[in-house]
Amino acid sequence: MNIEELREHLCSEYPDLCPLFSIEFGDGVLSVPAPRVLEAAAGLKDLGFDMLGMVTAVDFDEEFEVVYRVRSREMHVGLVVKVRVPREDARVASVTGLWPAANWHEREVYDLFGIVFEGHPDLRRILLTDDWVGHPLRKDYDDPSVIRRPDYL
Amino acid sequence: MIEPRETPDETVETAVDAVGVPDSAAAADDAAVAVTDPVAVEASLAGSVSVLEREGDRLVVNIGPSHPSTHGVCRVLVELDGEIITNAEPIIGHLHRGIEKIAENRTYLQVVPLTDRLDYVGSMYANWAYCRAVERLAGIRVPERAEYIRVIVCELQRIASHMMSIGSTGADTGATTAFMYSFWQREQVVDLFEQLCGARLTYNYVRPGGVAFDIPEGWVDRCRAFIAKHPDAMLEIDRLLFGNVICRARTKGIGVLDPDDAVAWGVTGPTARGSGVDWDLRRDDPYSVYPRFDFDVPLGERGDCYDRGRVRLFECIESCRIIGQALDQLAELEPGVIKADGLPRLLAPRPGDAYDHIESARGSLGVYLVSDGSVRPYRMKVRSPAFSNLAILPMLAKGHTLSDLVVILGSLDPVFGEVDR
Repeated sequence: MNIEELREHLCSEYPDLCPLFSIEFGDGVLSVPAPRVLEAAAGLKDLGFDMLGMVTAVDFDEEFEVVYRVRSREMHVGLVVKVRVPREDARVASVTGLWPAANWHEREVYDLFGIVFEGHPDLRRILLTDDWVGHPLRKDYDDPSVIRRPDYL
Repeated sequence: MIEPRETPDETVETAVDAVGVPDSAAAADDAAVAVTDPVAVEASLAGSVSVLEREGDRLVVNIGPSHPSTHGVCRVLVELDGEIITNAEPIIGHLHRGIEKIAENRTYLQVVPLTDRLDYVGSMYANWAYCRAVERLAGIRVPERAEYIRVIVCELQRIASHMMSIGSTGADTGATTAFMYSFWQREQVVDLFEQLCGARLTYNYVRPGGVAFDIPEGWVDRCRAFIAKHPDAMLEIDRLLFGNVICRARTKGIGVLDPDDAVAWGVTGPTARGSGVDWDLRRDDPYSVYPRFDFDVPLGERGDCYDRGRVRLFECIESCRIIGQALDQLAELEPGVIKADGLPRLLAPRPGDAYDHIESARGSLGVYLVSDGSVRPYRMKVRSPAFSNLAILPMLAKGHTLSDLVVILGSLDPVFGEVDR
């Protein structure tokens, strides 16, 4: 199945999700507002997206973008779900109930970005120690051991 | 367990335990004898295995982070009821170097050596996955010859990586000979890599736009000589290790992974294929020149440690088939064309994001790159298969004995450089 067929399939099964779908550089992208994450995820799971590849985030100053990659083994197609959350109140619903694979990935995002996944069964730091201060992958993370490389290098 | 057994009778009982899922009552009695000696408990605190809590038959034991049987720096907090594991929680992050953060401070080419340090048993894979993401982001077309060389080195890398895994399965179950046999096979692959790029562990060979060096003279013949002998060596290791009664007793029926659980938990690679999940990116989401080769995807049936180990073993034989076909097709291509034309020294891809994945020895390895148009990646994320695969350890270990935990952990084949990043 290619991206265009996926768009048609998605629009016929879930007309609500259709306006959120776009194609960016050959990847199917579903840009979902934060309150509708669970609804969209359940729809995708129902549609046959049975594997959650990863959950990650990107720091865009004012907002964080949480990125999910799901894949359907049957349809041989992948899809990206992007969710923007405000920096001040960074929280989004957890998808562990639908894909248990999200468990460790959401813990990692929480650890390195400080985004809270509501409804996660066991949200604690995973890579860093429990007493670590700050979230290192945020762009404004400051630590004496982080040395910015000057632009001319 | 911690202390050696005192009487021969108990030793026999332990051996019986290892065969199947043991009778919990009998094993609990057995373990109660073992932990009553305070001197032994005291002594064990000094080592890497230590008792943290004890309450009747319930014990919390810490294993690692530095323990030979954890295949790297993994700490496992094990809750035991007697000898039976009720919960095993892996605690990771001891090898976390912040590679994703460091990458934000380097140019696209300078990140390649960092990716070597992710999966240090299979560096070529991380190199390749990263380069594919960069090429997708910057719209670089890789010459055909470079694609063939990448396939050849990555299939050789699969053999080298699986040999490490199979060898340590032998070591985990007490078979040193199989370890030596498989390491000799790995050694020959590493020698080939040394002739190709001068390095034996961190190759830094696959670069954005192609590969670093062309194949040296005589290398193809040496490679052909290796793949001619390797399948027989694999069948010999199959007889030696997986035909051995002790290894079978220690791996069959241990750590059974249900195929539905494997999919739900995002488990990929030989770990999922051991459970019969018919999913291989080389065939199901073909990339590079893989559609031109004829190969099979070995599958397991029961999803236990035995099947996972044997899937790896037969994958090595398939890898030899792919390498043979790739070498044949490579001979028809013009030598020397190994890099894309007109690559600038400093890549500054268009703003946007790109993700690409390949089938590594451990599963689907992906790299997600976000560019803001500058010469450095704005964000790099590595989707490591070992990280996702390790998350199912608590599920697999439950109900087995402590000695089985080592075998189960080994059968997931985690590399902690990649888990912790």
